[in-house]
Amino acid sequence: MADMMQFDLVSPERKLASGQVRAVQIPAADGDMTAMADHAATITTLRPGILIAEGAEGETRYVVTGGFAEISPQGTSVLAERAYPANAEGRSALDAILAEMRAKAATLAGPEKDTLDKAANDLARAIDSIA
Amino acid sequence: MPSLKDLKNRIGSVKSTRKITKAMQMVAAAKLRRAQDAAEAARPYADKMADVVNGLAASVAGSEGAPRLLAGTGSEQTHLLVVMTAERGLCGGFNSSIVKIARYRAEKLLKEGKTVKILTVGKKGREQLKRDLSAHLVGHIDLSEVKRVGYENAADISKKVFEMFDAGEFDVATIFYNRFESVISQIPTPRQIIPAVVPEDAATDALYDYEPSEEAILEDLLPRSVTTQIFTALLENGASEQGARMSAMDNATRNAGDMIDRLTIQYNRSRQAAITKELIEIISGAEAL
Repeated sequence: MADMMQFDLVSPERKLASGQVRAVQIPAADGDMTAMADHAATITTLRPGILIAEGAEGETRYVVTGGFAEISPQGTSVLAERAYPANAEGRSALDAILAEMRAKAATLAGPEKDTLDKAANDLARAIDSIA
Repeated sequence: MPSLKDLKNRIGSVKSTRKITKAMQMVAAAKLRRAQDAAEAARPYADKMADVVNGLAASVAGSEGAPRLLAGTGSEQTHLLVVMTAERGLCGGFNSSIVKIARYRAEKLLKEGKTVKILTVGKKGREQLKRDLSAHLVGHIDLSEVKRVGYENAADISKKVFEMFDAGEFDVATIFYNRFESVISQIPTPRQIIPAVVPEDAATDALYDYEPSEEAILEDLLPRSVTTQIFTALLENGASEQGARMSAMDNATRNAGDMIDRLTIQYNRSRQAAITKELIEIISGAEAL
């Protein structure tokens, strides 16, 4: 099929997904973007959020905590810092990460705290949308 | 000539040693599979990361505002050697081979008049380097409590390295680890992580759009790439350690078997000699009557 493209989602410890998809919705740092086949080559950083891969068998949702994505006309690779499937199992892991981020933000001050607070809020929103 | 009792004890003790080495070999084999899987699973991320960073770095390198992690500090005076070894011994030449290349490098740098600082990861390397390079040891990262190496462990190490780099404590950082080739072959490997080494032919043809900006992405990616390289090294080291231990323990088991055979023959001979001696005594006693 001409309108399918290769999609890989990898975290440092394992490969979460790899296969043909129609479109991928990416939580990029500057706002959500959707990549489809023949997208212009782009590299972007990610913010914590929901990543949606639209495959032949429907949508698969993942929560990513950051990282970056490389989009080329042939396919999309997402290199996530940490990524979990958006389900109950992933949720408990994400809750722990969120708590850790909040605890760390409390010890910081200034712009660093703002960045981390923003990331924590993004993550909290992503977690809420799982339920 | 040891007595029969001594020989018997000796055989017993070698037998229990063989049991232990056999068990260690089997444990190492099971752990090796897990370590290999982990190394395998981490490869796609590391490869992709290297591709993207190399492509980016090739286009930014040489420009004025290149980040320090890529361009370096402009000097090569102080070298940081990150020596990654195991927490445990009994794994053949695994630890010493890493220490050997690290020591060789350190001595070479010192001869050139450079300053050498050594950060050790893993107890065994520290113990060996303490003997003659103790003045150069600047820190140690303990992984003895870690059951399974995760990305966080690599992040801890890289955090320490970045702190030192930001404080201007070194110019060039190199990690030393064992690259896993096969169960019987692990190759001690040095790898420079700061400043990043960009292969000559890395420039990609594809022209990328960068969001937010090229510099911002590079700023975010370079530290990640260093951490990923450390993580890869940790995983390779983990697999190598188990591989080395497996073959070392296999040898030990075989040697113990040989030793038991030899001792058993010696034991049987002595026993036979004792019996013959007793018989001769009885017969000659009877003849004398």
